[in-house]
Amino acid sequence: MKTTLITTAVAICIAGAASAEIRIGASVSATGPAAFLGDPEAKTLEMLVEAANANGGINGEEIALVLYDDGGDPNKARTFATRLIEDDEVVAIIGGSTTGTSMSILSVAEDNEIPFISLAGAIEIIDPVKPFTFKTPHTDRMACQKIFEDMQKQGITQIGMISGTDGFGASMQAQCKEVVGEYGITVVADETYNPTDADMTTQLTKIRNTDGVQAVLNPGFGQGPSIVTRNYKQLAVDLPLYQSHGVASDGFIELAGADAAEGVRLPGTALLIAGLLADDDPQKPLVEAYKTAFEEKTGTSVGTFGGYANDAFLILTDAITRAGEADPTAIRDAIEATEGLAGTTGIYSMNAEDHLGLDLSAFRMLEIKGGEWTLIE
Amino acid sequence: MPELLQFLFSGVTVGAVYALVALGFTIIYNASDVVNFAQGEFVMLGGMITVAAYAAGVPLPLAAVIAIVATAAIGVAMNKLAIEPARGAPVVSLIIITIGASIFIRGGTQLLLGKQIHTFPAFSGDAPIRIMGATILPQSLWVIGGAVVVFIGLWLFFTRTLTGRAVLATSNNRLAAQLVGINTRFVMTLSFALSAGIGALAGVLVTPITLTSYDVGLALALKGFAAAMLGGMGNPKGALVGGLLLGLLESMTAGYLSSQYKDAAAFVVILLVLFFMPQGLFGRKSTERV
Repeated sequence: MKTTLITTAVAICIAGAASAEIRIGASVSATGPAAFLGDPEAKTLEMLVEAANANGGINGEEIALVLYDDGGDPNKARTFATRLIEDDEVVAIIGGSTTGTSMSILSVAEDNEIPFISLAGAIEIIDPVKPFTFKTPHTDRMACQKIFEDMQKQGITQIGMISGTDGFGASMQAQCKEVVGEYGITVVADETYNPTDADMTTQLTKIRNTDGVQAVLNPGFGQGPSIVTRNYKQLAVDLPLYQSHGVASDGFIELAGADAAEGVRLPGTALLIAGLLADDDPQKPLVEAYKTAFEEKTGTSVGTFGGYANDAFLILTDAITRAGEADPTAIRDAIEATEGLAGTTGIYSMNAEDHLGLDLSAFRMLEIKGGEWTLIE
Repeated sequence: MPELLQFLFSGVTVGAVYALVALGFTIIYNASDVVNFAQGEFVMLGGMITVAAYAAGVPLPLAAVIAIVATAAIGVAMNKLAIEPARGAPVVSLIIITIGASIFIRGGTQLLLGKQIHTFPAFSGDAPIRIMGATILPQSLWVIGGAVVVFIGLWLFFTRTLTGRAVLATSNNRLAAQLVGINTRFVMTLSFALSAGIGALAGVLVTPITLTSYDVGLALALKGFAAAMLGGMGNPKGALVGGLLLGLLESMTAGYLSSQYKDAAAFVVILLVLFFMPQGLFGRKSTERV
């Protein structure tokens, strides 16, 4: 599927030889197993390009978006990345909904020296730093750190973990276990479940019966965490339950049921609690603008993943504006110099050693109360 | 003791889900020796159509009936459009056709009903029932009850009714069945309608527990298939026992060994059973007469 928003023929005639068009490429997983990531990302990009062009484009030049759907397949993503660079002659690439597709796009982008902004979570994408690769989502490790910070404040020192065996759950489980020691917390029970399992009471019973468990952490996304939350309530486990940023959406409360989700804590982004942000919060205007536009356009509520695409586009347009020209190397230098740019995920400040540019403050610790998200200070 | 009981409840809950899916495999298999890999999609359709109808304001019981009837119609359409035109093809080709049909149904549902995960309220509320320190949800009892009712219905159908015997006769020897006056085309249509209906009923019952989305069918079909193989393909009793056994195996492994080995342990047991009893626990011995 190829969607190209090309400047109208009239516009090209007026612009004449200047060829006033900035070509931006994107490869996301709009269909396939990662469609819940790629679908809002694709819609966000199309919406933003349309809006930007209606406002006169960047530096007076229209933006042409070449969007491919890689279906979550790293091989396809590599092919599309090559096609974007060689045939479509784009100046920058946004995309890679999953870590797998991002890794294959980044090798093509690095070889051809085209700036690439990934929308996937894994820390491997930007660590070690590669000159032309950037990313917008915070890493799983940062989510773990945010959760452990909150546990530390509560005086929790021994926890049980129940993790999904899907890519997200397994990755976060590993990241959390790597950093948990820094917070003086030990994992005394470590259970897993298959993302398609229908019942997790067995694992939760084992965790509950482990001596000294003070809280339970559930890294995972999809239906798994909802079922864990329901089973948690069913067993009446009287310990704090922490979920991951993977389920930070209104859908989670709906699926788990407001009753079972009561008191669940998780790290989420500003996007989820647009209405709760303080009026002087630098992210507020931006988050509200994106939320309104996206919900009006698609009729579905915003999620964290579409926000990643929103931020990637923001960083890119900001960089092109500052660079003053649409030359890949100039754009790269400008992205690396991004400073204090507020996005939906956090406030980005990049430098030569940090191609993500977010710190823990990007996450807000949230608690579900009465079926609504509330902010923990 | 409460621990063991909780593991048992968990195993029975999961096992009843597997059993319901496994029961759906039996009719089509009995009529044509075809393992219908679109069975999981029927389960998914049962859940998804109920969700869509319920969201449109239809009361839940009516939404469930609509879902079951609509899915049965889709099953008949699948037979008419995909299976019947390939009637003369070997069983393996037909099985591959069912895989194709399942991919088609999955894609169509994704387009029409979206990619979100859905659920609807449990039939008798969410308050867990406490028995000696362990808990079970009322919906689990609905699933277990549903599996038992479907099992009894199928058992009566195959042993006590003429139509049921006609299905078995068609499976044994299609030509001979035709010669004694059985309308084998009708038998095939009927078996697809019944299988799809049972699948949809399973979807309606399990959705409040497992949640549903366009892609849950594959995983359910695989576990249901494993349960049916363990119990003996084509035998309703085998499907019921196989499903419950598989669920209990998983739960006990997770409880007393490690949740990491849960699926592996279950499949090792299935492999061992099939190694020594290739027909499964209750499968009929096939005797080829020359």
